[in-house]
Amino acid sequence: MAPRIVEIRRGVLEKNDRIAHELRDRFHEADVFVVNLVSSPGTGKTALLEQTLERLINRGHPAAALVGDLATENDARRLARSGAPARQIVTDGMCHLEAYLVQNHLDDWGLDLEGLDFLFIENVGNLVCPSGYDLGEDLRAVLLSVTEGEDKPEKYPTMFHSSDVAVFTKIDLAEPVEFDRDRAYESLESVRPGITVFETSAKTGAGVDEWVDWLVGRREAQ
Amino acid sequence: MGTSESPQSPNLFHPMHELSIARNLIEMAETAARDAGASRVTRLRLELGQMSGVVSEALLFCFDVAAQGTLVEGAQLDIELLPVVVHCPACGEDSPLPSIQRFRCPRCDAPTAEIVQGRELVLASIEIED
Repeated sequence: MAPRIVEIRRGVLEKNDRIAHELRDRFHEADVFVVNLVSSPGTGKTALLEQTLERLINRGHPAAALVGDLATENDARRLARSGAPARQIVTDGMCHLEAYLVQNHLDDWGLDLEGLDFLFIENVGNLVCPSGYDLGEDLRAVLLSVTEGEDKPEKYPTMFHSSDVAVFTKIDLAEPVEFDRDRAYESLESVRPGITVFETSAKTGAGVDEWVDWLVGRREAQ
Repeated sequence: MGTSESPQSPNLFHPMHELSIARNLIEMAETAARDAGASRVTRLRLELGQMSGVVSEALLFCFDVAAQGTLVEGAQLDIELLPVVVHCPACGEDSPLPSIQRFRCPRCDAPTAEIVQGRELVLASIEIED
């Protein structure tokens, strides 16, 4: 029998997009501002997040974190020290978070979204796989440490282009590793013209207040 | 995977999101085939944007593995790669971007972040047998 052609024309990620859309509605209804943090492994997402959560809570902005990791629950334990509710999503080897994982964990967790101003979703350390997966966030923040190489944005243009803000981490190490600041900004600007950039150190606290001020401003503007 | 694996050997030491993409694709094709009363899918046509975050070699590799034991087993996956097209806020034109490392309008060189094509990950059609 002759083969038949059936038109489909549907997005392969439409299920993820639908759940992300539901999550976004739910977050907006609860008036919670949601940030998806992405970076390579070892850039310092958890360290920056510890500092960010602590400052937000001290300023009277209740905040919580969902943390994706391939195998361990260590990050959620670290984050809990900031006083913020934190929950781990162990992906068992999956290289990125998907919207259904966020939804399932929020449902199991029983977190009171209405009582929060901010929710951070720390993605799995990976600059490729998370890029196509909407998690219902208001903002995607890409982190880049000064030890990683200034041309990383050009090496991973899809992730950097899809991000709303870039945060340099470990800026206290800029001098010892001879970080070329101009080259790094040029690389970022080349793949994502006009992106907002912060320079931070979770160790010294440099730049973290500016980053937190900006987040608070973004939430208020929404 | 984003970097330089050869088509023959995607780097299996790193987890690949192409496997979950392949599973979604197969599930969609199987559902459509069943709805049409078909017993087998022989071909799938996928439109893949250059900035979809999916590497076609890795997807092809995962697809063959994931299709085993489904209505899609042995089917051909045709991938049409769509280049990135940007809209320029300065000159108002839409143009294909020569390099995704440089988001500037190819006509007037103004910076632009506005993608009008290149993120697609769309199952366009399938070919089925009764």
